Amino acid sequence: MTATVVAELRGASRVYQMGEVQVRALDGVDLRFVEGSYTAIMGASGSGKSTMLNILGCLDRPTEGHYVLAGRDVSDLDDDKLSAERGRRLGFVFQAYNLIPHLTVLENVEVPMEYAGTSPGEARERATRLAQRMGLGDRLEHRPTELSGGQQQRVAIARALANDPVVLLADEPTGNLDSKTGVEILDLLDELHAQGRTLIIVTHDPKVAARADRTIHMLDGRIQRIEERAS
Amino acid sequence: MTGRRLVSLAWKSLWMHRLRSLLTLSGIILGVGSVVAMLAIGEGASQEAEERFRKLGTSNLLLASVKPPESEDAGESRSRILRYGLLRKDLEGILETIPDVKRAVPRRDIPVKARFGVREIATKVMGTTADYAQVANLRLASGRFLTPADGHARKPVCVLGDSIARKLFQSVDPVGQDIRAGKHYYRVVGLLSERGEGTGGTGGLGGESDNAVFIPLETMRERHGDRIRHVTSGTRSYENVQLHRITVEAISGEEHVIARVGAALRSFVKARHPKGDVRITVPQELIRQAKESKRIFTIVLACIAAISLLVGGIGIMNIMLATVVERTREIGIRRALGARRANIVSQFLAETVLLSVTGGIIGLGLGVLVPMLVTWLAGMNTVITPFSLILAFSISGLVGIVFGLYPAARAADLDPVEALRRE
Repeated sequence: MTATVVAELRGASRVYQMGEVQVRALDGVDLRFVEGSYTAIMGASGSGKSTMLNILGCLDRPTEGHYVLAGRDVSDLDDDKLSAERGRRLGFVFQAYNLIPHLTVLENVEVPMEYAGTSPGEARERATRLAQRMGLGDRLEHRPTELSGGQQQRVAIARALANDPVVLLADEPTGNLDSKTGVEILDLLDELHAQGRTLIIVTHDPKVAARADRTIHMLDGRIQRIEERAS
Repeated sequence: MTGRRLVSLAWKSLWMHRLRSLLTLSGIILGVGSVVAMLAIGEGASQEAEERFRKLGTSNLLLASVKPPESEDAGESRSRILRYGLLRKDLEGILETIPDVKRAVPRRDIPVKARFGVREIATKVMGTTADYAQVANLRLASGRFLTPADGHARKPVCVLGDSIARKLFQSVDPVGQDIRAGKHYYRVVGLLSERGEGTGGTGGLGGESDNAVFIPLETMRERHGDRIRHVTSGTRSYENVQLHRITVEAISGEEHVIARVGAALRSFVKARHPKGDVRITVPQELIRQAKESKRIFTIVLACIAAISLLVGGIGIMNIMLATVVERTREIGIRRALGARRANIVSQFLAETVLLSVTGGIIGLGLGVLVPMLVTWLAGMNTVITPFSLILAFSISGLVGIVFGLYPAARAADLDPVEALRRE
């Protein structure tokens, strides 16, 4: 089986200048993500996993090396083009859900589609379908504060899927949830994986990482080891 | 994102902080409201003043006798007859020497008590000629005005102002009746229609015909002589005033004609009345002055408006900067979901403009309501010009853009990673 590479880091480094000291938060990382793969990134805080996620999510750019997303080198794109890549090719799920408080469930799910230029009617239709798929059919007009943590995270996942992204990035998606709800969310992610979605999940919880095909262990901005699991 | 979506989004987030939005708006509301209201009141007042001066006649120049200040002979003034003011010779002089004069109409006023039946009213008889109706723009309600023949024959006839006719006659038709004014009887031959000059305003320049009894100047001279007796609190004083007023009508109302006649009249008066007992009034100059003072008023108002809108704008900017800080995380989220910098700028700009335009609309409402109240309560004339509405509205929009740009730019320049990390 020859799988398509959807995201690839080539010698990617991210150097911060802190006064006279250079901090290499990411240090020459080479990493490939094939279509349909499920990757967990683990490491202590300061290991570079967040920096890597930011670069993978086009929120940041590598200072050295390259990042190729869906066949396109995005390392040197300007802010506008990078924003467009983020919106169209990537979906984010955050630890703190990060929903916009004054918008309803549907409106939250519609946000990425608005920026991608989807027509309002189509966006509404698609948002409704996604929310229903996430089991939020009876919560469409609710605001985030009226929802439980698990429901909010489902809205966030629906939102992440809105533009049918190439890669779904999740940053400690169960960090704010109790274990039972956390398992539900992880089951949902498994389901997405089973449907062929490419997932990258950052976590410090081995039980979460155990669900992935492989786990990348980070240390001091480098890959310490890669743990492959037969699926 | 579509414009409608942008506005509804902006409205939503403003509505979430209703009280704060309203307080932020208050600067703009009061700024716009006061501008519209003051412009309306100012416009109304100046139109009223202009209208009043216009009634004096734009091609007229008015000469009036004024009592000179009692100076060197103050002690003797009781025993002497005070002699001042316009002379019949002046009238002839004006007609003979001043160019571009169409006519010059004299008037002489004597205070009397007018009486009909049991009713008696303190008023003035005004001796004048047939031309007075034209130069003073008097309109007849019934009967006729004085004619040259009345003067030549020294007929005892009179024409009554609207107000005095009402007071003296009430239900009786005055024309054909005889009234007594002072010691003499006059037959009423005509009634004037109401002029509604009110009192004051023009300093008694024109607002007298409603209450006056007009008689032929020649009749007046024959009956009263040149001496006028004043009785004030038991003391008698005498004045010798030949004419109280000469209304000079120029051949046209064009500015250069009025200016030429005015200059000629001034030097004429200066030569003949060096004591300053004759005053010249030119309605057209008064109108020009009224316009000039309105212009100054408008400029002052514009300055006040600019300052208040500046303050309002700074208030808006202040709140928007706070909002940007408060919503840093939302900005981060939106950036992560694909928002470009321009999207963030337009989102915050839409909020600021919506805020200030809403303020502008409420302010306009206030600015329309206040003059209506002023008209209703104080009876003042107010005029709301479309210009002031458009001005106030577009300025409030402009304030939103100008003072919204900086906060919006700040919001757009936030680093997405940093913004997402913020609590």
